[in-house]
Amino acid sequence: MIAESLYQELILEHYKHPQGRGLREPYDAEVHHVNPTCGDEVTMRVKLGDGGKVEDVSYDGQGCSISQAAASVLHELTTGSTVSQSLAVVDEFTRLMQGRGQVEADEDVLGDAVAFAGVAKYPARVKCALLAWMAYKDAVVRSSA
Amino acid sequence: MTHSMFDVERIRKDFPILSRELPGDRPLVYLDSGNSSQKPSLVINTMRDHLEQHYSNVGRALHVLGSESTEAYEGARDKVAAFVGAPDRDEVIFTKNATEAINLVAYAFGNPTGTDERFRLGPGDEILVSEMEHHSNIVPWQLLAQRTGATLRWFPVTDEGRLDLSGLDELLNERTKIVSIVHQSNVLGTVNPVAEVLARARQTGALMMLDASQSVPHRAVDVAALGVDFVAFTGHKMVGPSGIGVLWGRRELLEAMPPFLGGGEMIEAVWMDRSTYAPVPHKFEAGTPPIVEAIGLGAAVDYLTGIGMADVMQHEHDLTVYGLQALGEVPGLRIIGPETAEERGGTLSFTIPGIHPHDVGQILDDRFGVAVRVGHHCARPLHLRFGIPATTRASFYLYNTTDEIDALVRGLHHVQKVFG
Repeated sequence: MIAESLYQELILEHYKHPQGRGLREPYDAEVHHVNPTCGDEVTMRVKLGDGGKVEDVSYDGQGCSISQAAASVLHELTTGSTVSQSLAVVDEFTRLMQGRGQVEADEDVLGDAVAFAGVAKYPARVKCALLAWMAYKDAVVRSSA
Repeated sequence: MTHSMFDVERIRKDFPILSRELPGDRPLVYLDSGNSSQKPSLVINTMRDHLEQHYSNVGRALHVLGSESTEAYEGARDKVAAFVGAPDRDEVIFTKNATEAINLVAYAFGNPTGTDERFRLGPGDEILVSEMEHHSNIVPWQLLAQRTGATLRWFPVTDEGRLDLSGLDELLNERTKIVSIVHQSNVLGTVNPVAEVLARARQTGALMMLDASQSVPHRAVDVAALGVDFVAFTGHKMVGPSGIGVLWGRRELLEAMPPFLGGGEMIEAVWMDRSTYAPVPHKFEAGTPPIVEAIGLGAAVDYLTGIGMADVMQHEHDLTVYGLQALGEVPGLRIIGPETAEERGGTLSFTIPGIHPHDVGQILDDRFGVAVRVGHHCARPLHLRFGIPATTRASFYLYNTTDEIDALVRGLHHVQKVFG
């Protein structure tokens, strides 16, 4: 059925067992993003190190499985990476989500985040998937400022 | 009992959309009528016929089409007036929706162009609503309070989802100019005790308004018997089209109120520096109105009258009893609202531990063709009151069946399996 392409096992796993959840010290910037149409929300902290290294991405929030799993996957993909690498992933993820299901995902760039490809076919849920990723982008900009 | 005559399968045939299939050959299980109802052929055909054979502007064209359109439009007003027991058909104002009807009344308060004492509003005066209101019966009053310096207050809601009237005498006092509450909650299903609040309002001299958007479609509502001052409701929730709503108000109050929107057809005479206004209802119907929508609402009223509102209510009551029982068997499910069907309509909102309503709604739709609403249903303060961000809501209407409730419950069991 259709829903099964949306609720990939990997998404459900991240929802049930979120990685890196919880707000941690130290951090350079903290942002709070909400999705007013459904009330999903995320608070995100970013700690950057030397050479543009992303030392920690910590978060807390509430919302549907898509929004919460997206935050968990984001944590895995960004922590330990560099700002420029991680922003390239954010850009590719955004392109995939806004592609209305017509965009072929670059699995080499996206890694586990490719599991969200099915979400792009559900315009009402795209914002859920993007919530944490937009928050991350915002937090990185503020950290570097 | 006329109830035995109620044949839901026959009624379903009146609504063409209920026989369509969703992609993947799934039947449609429409449990979202509290959001917007489906339309019977009578409404669809009446609107089509008007557009094909009679359409013109109303109230101002002297030709045949103009008079046929005017007659149909004003005829719809007569039907609506009779449907809700309005003592005077001119007390029925056509608006865009219930939201506009409430804004229209709110705009009359503290308005410098009005002179009537009952609508004077300023610092020290109070506006009273409740915690279970739809945003459309909160925000217009917040805006009014901001414009005038008046204070907005509200009745709390009990854990059971009833209006908490323990503080009635203090909350509704000599400073209260208007109390506006929902007749039947769009989340809890609760039917509020209008008479008790009204009795107090009459003691203190406050005016009283009812948001009847969820009651007029589902039960016989008689505005004269209710005895309040204003009632708002909307066409699209009562098998009529969207784009048409109704404000009923006591004629004497409507006459004392300043106009809301200015423009064509709401005037008597216009000079460059001033105007005089048409009598009600046209004083509040500036511009070309939603003509075909009003006529469609008239047909909706004909349809519901033909079925009989007592039977509609009984059928929905039976569904509510069945639904509360059936949902009660879903592990962990928590009903937000009264757990019995007394003084309660067929709107069942609930939460399931560990599963967000958006995920519930998505799987119900994708796998089972069950359409419910998820989110805060434009009643965010009520959800905050219960400490939850959102609920899943199944809302019933005259065309729903117990089989559809069974489909909902099967779907919920599957949702729990996916997220278990």
